[in-house]
Amino acid sequence: MKYSNLKKQEIFAFYTFISPWLIGFILFTGGPVIASLYFSLTNYTVLSKPEFIGFGNYSSLFKDPLFWTSLYNTIYYAVFFIPLGILIAFGLSILLNQNVKGLAIYRTVYYLPSIVPAVANAILWIWLLNPQWGLINTMLKMLGIEGPGWLTSEQWAKPGLILMSLWGVGSWIIIYLAGLQGVPEQLYEAAEVDGATKLQRFLYITIPLMTPTIFFTLVTGLIGAFQVFTQAYIMTNGGPVNSTLFYALYLFRNAFNYLKMGYASSMAWILFLIVLTLTLVQFKLANKWVFYE
Amino acid sequence: MNKSTRILLDKLLRHLILIMVGIFFALPLVWMVSTSLKSNRQIFVFPPQWIPKPVIWRNYPDVFDYAPFLLYFKNTMIIEVACILGTLLSSSLVAYGFSRLNAPGKDFLFILMLSTMMLPYQVWMIPLYVLFTKIGWVNTFYPLTIPAFFGNALYIFLLRQFFLTIPKELEDAARLDGCSYFRIYWQIMLPLTKPALATVVIFTFMGVWNDFLGPLLYLQEPEKYTLAIGLQVFLTQHGADWGLLMAASTMIVLPVIVTFFFTQKQFIQGIVLTGLKG
Repeated sequence: MKYSNLKKQEIFAFYTFISPWLIGFILFTGGPVIASLYFSLTNYTVLSKPEFIGFGNYSSLFKDPLFWTSLYNTIYYAVFFIPLGILIAFGLSILLNQNVKGLAIYRTVYYLPSIVPAVANAILWIWLLNPQWGLINTMLKMLGIEGPGWLTSEQWAKPGLILMSLWGVGSWIIIYLAGLQGVPEQLYEAAEVDGATKLQRFLYITIPLMTPTIFFTLVTGLIGAFQVFTQAYIMTNGGPVNSTLFYALYLFRNAFNYLKMGYASSMAWILFLIVLTLTLVQFKLANKWVFYE
Repeated sequence: MNKSTRILLDKLLRHLILIMVGIFFALPLVWMVSTSLKSNRQIFVFPPQWIPKPVIWRNYPDVFDYAPFLLYFKNTMIIEVACILGTLLSSSLVAYGFSRLNAPGKDFLFILMLSTMMLPYQVWMIPLYVLFTKIGWVNTFYPLTIPAFFGNALYIFLLRQFFLTIPKELEDAARLDGCSYFRIYWQIMLPLTKPALATVVIFTFMGVWNDFLGPLLYLQEPEKYTLAIGLQVFLTQHGADWGLLMAASTMIVLPVIVTFFFTQKQFIQGIVLTGLKG
């Protein structure tokens, strides 16, 4: 193909403009991704040269009980946090979307927790979940309920972290609110004229038109669940008895505490495959239930 | 019950729920500030005092006696300035290329860029760490700042969306007058993009302020610590001193909340545009 001079100039300009990203992509993302795939097939430990061991890391992983524990903990977290988060965000945004007075104040109050920096948030929640003097058990005590040991209890540590995540669900509320505001008013009016009840209007107008938003939070929530790291690292360091050893935390340990870089890289690739599969499955299912205008 | 009382009741009920939930969202932060203003003797009491009597301010100056938080602040700000400048410049350049110029391979590269956003960071974290170790960047700010000068996929996408809303006629006229692409970008597009650039500045600021994993991996000497890592080390050293810990946390949360209050509009817009978590 022959290009005119003007077109050549434009092509040159395009590649010049995007060169920062292109170079950065090769150096900091694309290159490392390929290196990581290679590492995952070696026994690399930083201290020694990588030695090719084929799928050795992968087969050891499947025999590693802690790998399965970390996977179980992560799925547990996702299964409770995501549906509850969606329910809370959807519910509150519906209440907020009806021309309530003081919308800006409510929105701010709900949103603020989600911008609390992760480390400060972790420390605050260690204190809130303190079994003896924390706010949560204090409130329960006032109601005459003996609160659980939260982060010190094998059984309650995960629910504690889920509660903490639900407190930070504010950005979802904003997204749902924006979604609801995008539903055309005429639809409701037309339905009302046709004699649809409030419930019918919700079921047949609101929910179908909100499915893209629900779908979006589902996908990002799942990807987020597999990256839960900071809370678990600071608050419980995986304990008690590995009950909060999440996938990202176990990966980090293998890489930077045990220096098993090859092993950790294979975990990263399994993570990638899980996220990819879940996302594709969701997109596939989405065709059945997501309604795009 | 007639219709107007029902509407009124409906309204009341709605506000009641919103307020109750609001209290649950607000209480932890109130509790944080309240604890920071107490002595140990006031902290460990039942039922709890919400407004400390007397108010104890000592925890705040004490934080600075126990750990060099001003140094941590300075380190954090150095990284902030570098990252904000780098991100603004590089992301807007790339976004201009993707929104206005055509070349073979453009669509492929754009999709490639978008798909990196879906990629879990763990997939490139380990080799990147090895690379930065090999070139001697551990214990410097370079691993935390230099990548910012190579564009951020999310912000490139956001700015591109914004550039697309600017009418093309402006540029066509400038092109006919012999204006270079760079001048169009610099003198026409950038000034028109201020609101979107502000969003990028705010989110970059928050990202650096909150980043824990980066400094955890790359900053090992205490003289290099950022606020996030400094606060975590502070926790390991003063694990049971809740007044002190809450004072330190309050001081780190405050700038974020103030930023939010002054820039609410960009904030909300940014979240809606990108689905970004704050």
